[in-house]
Amino acid sequence: MSRSLKKGPYINYKLERKVLAMASSTKKSVVKTWSRASMISPEFVGQTIAVHNGNKFIPVYITENMVGHKLGEFAPTRIFRGHAGKKDKAKK
Amino acid sequence: MARIAGVDIPRNKRGVISLTYIYGIGRSAAQKILEQAGIDENLKVDNWNDEQLTNVRNVINEHFKVEGALRSETQMNIKRLMDIGCYRGIRHRIGLPLRGQKTKNNARTRKGKKKTVANKKKATK
Repeated sequence: MSRSLKKGPYINYKLERKVLAMASSTKKSVVKTWSRASMISPEFVGQTIAVHNGNKFIPVYITENMVGHKLGEFAPTRIFRGHAGKKDKAKK
Repeated sequence: MARIAGVDIPRNKRGVISLTYIYGIGRSAAQKILEQAGIDENLKVDNWNDEQLTNVRNVINEHFKVEGALRSETQMNIKRLMDIGCYRGIRHRIGLPLRGQKTKNNARTRKGKKKTVANKKKATK
């Protein structure tokens, strides 16, 4: 179910403040955030945001295509390294 | 055969059914098209005159995206997801379901035919 339009997109306000400050200053830096549920707004384009995946921060460079997605979509929380035994088989 | 949007649609069927042979047109879209073209939906394609046929073509051209254009749009959408590296794009790449379904069993539509693992250990009691 999608979010009510009346409320507008959810963006963590502290994150938004930081990103906007970074966008207005010319200095490039990375904003760390745990707010995976925040939506990417058009102002974020061109910035790099380090999104927490539960373990560490994944740097995400925001491009135009990403607008409207949530930050968490770009920092996978699970790493699948293949099934056990698959490697052994390949060796044989 | 009547040719609409690059597809031959069967002549011996009712208009609503016949139109659904076009990729991108289902029952409800077919109903809307025939309503706009001013044709009774139960009328068989055989009995359409040339004017009605052009009417249908025009309605589809103006209001509907069908066949190649629709297919390429879908492909572009998927490609976009894969290019930006978001979760759904990654799932597309590795051919698993995108919307949080279980993959322990089933999910065969996405995963394709079963790949049997030889000598897979049975769970020991």
